[in-house]
Amino acid sequence: MNKLIAFRSKNGTISFLAEKRTLVVLLVLALLTIAFCVISIGMGSKYIDPVETLKTMLGQGTAQHVLVLETLRLPRVIVAVLVGAALGISGGIMQGIIRNPLASPDIMGITGGAALAAVAFITYLSGTISMKWLPVAAFTGAGCISILIYGLAWKKGVTSIRLVLIGIGIAAAVGSLTTLMIVFSPINAASQAYIWMTGSIYATTWSHVYALLPWVIVFIPLALIFSRTANIQELGDDIAKGLGSAVQRHRFVLLLISVALAGSAVAVAGTIGFIGLIAPHIARKLVGPAFGSFLPVAALTGSLILLISDTAARTAFLPLDIPAGVFTAGIGAPFFIYLLYRNRNS
Amino acid sequence: MIRIHQTSWKAVGLVLGLFLFVLSFIFSIALGVTPISFGTVVESFVHYDEASNEHVIIQTTRLPRAFIATAVGANLAVAGALMQALTRNPLASPSILGIHAGAIFFVVLGITFLSVTSLAHLTWFAFLGAGIAAVAVYYIGSIGRTGLTPIKIVLAGAAISALFGSFTQGMLVVNEAGLQDVLFWMAGSVSGRTTDMLLPVLPYMLCAGISAFALAHPLNILTSGEDVAKGLGQRTVFVKLAIAVTVVCLAGSSVAVAGSIGFIGLVVPHLARFLIGVDYRWIIPYSAVLGATLLLLADIVSRFPIQPEEIPIGVMTACIGTPFFIYMARKGLRNE
Repeated sequence: MNKLIAFRSKNGTISFLAEKRTLVVLLVLALLTIAFCVISIGMGSKYIDPVETLKTMLGQGTAQHVLVLETLRLPRVIVAVLVGAALGISGGIMQGIIRNPLASPDIMGITGGAALAAVAFITYLSGTISMKWLPVAAFTGAGCISILIYGLAWKKGVTSIRLVLIGIGIAAAVGSLTTLMIVFSPINAASQAYIWMTGSIYATTWSHVYALLPWVIVFIPLALIFSRTANIQELGDDIAKGLGSAVQRHRFVLLLISVALAGSAVAVAGTIGFIGLIAPHIARKLVGPAFGSFLPVAALTGSLILLISDTAARTAFLPLDIPAGVFTAGIGAPFFIYLLYRNRNS
Repeated sequence: MIRIHQTSWKAVGLVLGLFLFVLSFIFSIALGVTPISFGTVVESFVHYDEASNEHVIIQTTRLPRAFIATAVGANLAVAGALMQALTRNPLASPSILGIHAGAIFFVVLGITFLSVTSLAHLTWFAFLGAGIAAVAVYYIGSIGRTGLTPIKIVLAGAAISALFGSFTQGMLVVNEAGLQDVLFWMAGSVSGRTTDMLLPVLPYMLCAGISAFALAHPLNILTSGEDVAKGLGQRTVFVKLAIAVTVVCLAGSSVAVAGSIGFIGLVVPHLARFLIGVDYRWIIPYSAVLGATLLLLADIVSRFPIQPEEIPIGVMTACIGTPFFIYMARKGLRNE
């Protein structure tokens, strides 16, 4: 089963082995994601069947279908795919650095930082500055909090345990500050901020897609390039050092990639929890722990989970639109506990 | 070294602590947006005058508030001390290990979907939530060959908190009515509550408190290691179960009254241990007194920065507690 295929460029600077199994899994997941995209676009208060959907996509649809599909639903589906991929990779990297299966951007306080900045923005600046700056605010928050966590965990280098403990402490503090802000804001700003926080890709437009796309295009390939240093990090600090890896510098770069992906995802979609936690687990189950193969799988798994959750969230209780974050937690948490139980001795 | 060794001095320290507590209790009644002189405070107890604004403020607002801060502070501190002993983890406390989040989830569920209004019933929801969260965290934290390591249980707590947190948020998003009220309660607050809210919960608090004191001696034996405790003839499973039930009662009842007030359960037991060492027969009373005092002081401070509004007290305790938590995490844990 585990047949390997070698890729090597002519001068040998780029070379890697790919397992057949990984390629097959990637292909299947990609097809599934595309299929779900088509189905999901069709679903909603006005149902459009997949054949019609495909026709419209190819430029053969009625004007009404074009409006519903391309202006209203397509951006939302694309954002779901991008956010899911970003969160999946971000969580995968973080679990690799921390060497703990429970680590993820939401538990480490990074999404909390983004939420704090975004809520502050909604509460204090929403009247004066255009809402399109909200992603920038959220990303700045995530960045600042990560630097703070990293700085506080620094004591002649950063160990993964200090990183995660301080992350949890900061997450609690940031959470209480966010609540403080919501409590003191006027009621309409409060509920707006609250819906954003729960993680919803409600009312996404093409501008959201364009805001998120550059981050994903830059940082996901970067993550794949650096994935082999992550492989070495997983062996533990001493062995990694012995192998000649610049442990601290690589850890910093990996963390930066992870934060950038998580921050941009949160900026667009709010704090959607548990995808960064589960997607890497499922990916590892499917293709094993080597980063080069499991990161792309984690990205596709994340996309698929968020896509399904969002479709369920917006169609299950029509006309109510439940935040997708509630669904990801609902699916994610029981599954996560099951995974922990299965892997209890590994 | 300021650690006290002799028993008589430990008792003197406790009396000193009680004195501090009484002092902060009095200040908590006297200070606020409307400053009230101590003479008026005494008078309101001796000759209560309904026509006097100040008397009314004292008896209906300040006094219940001080009582609630006392009860909740003592409860949380003792719960934290028990948890740190049980999990042998210096970072354990009800809020970090997800017990608050569990209790809040069930209380919000009761309020929004089952329209439960009586606090006596909501308390049982809080107990249920606290219990489920405690069992889940303990179980998730201890699966695997390495057993209950500090890092695993803290992560399990964070995961369970995140889970219950997002469900609570989901319920509140769907059900926007009363969002503001529930939010203020969730953030942790001892204000705006009457004695009527404390009374139905008080019996549980007292029972759990007594049980905590009774458990102090078995706890001393348990902390010397499970094998040693078994060798000395202790039924460790029974003791652990009793501790867990006590913790759930203490934390659940505090959440029902005051919402999620974090970090008291983390900081105070360390303070107590720093002062009088490792004997739980002293740590528990010290924790109770210090916890009550600290929460009263935090409550007094929370009234001033943004008058006439108040900062939720949970935010105040987070401001005190986070630096301490970070200090502890930097200092490093045993058996990492």
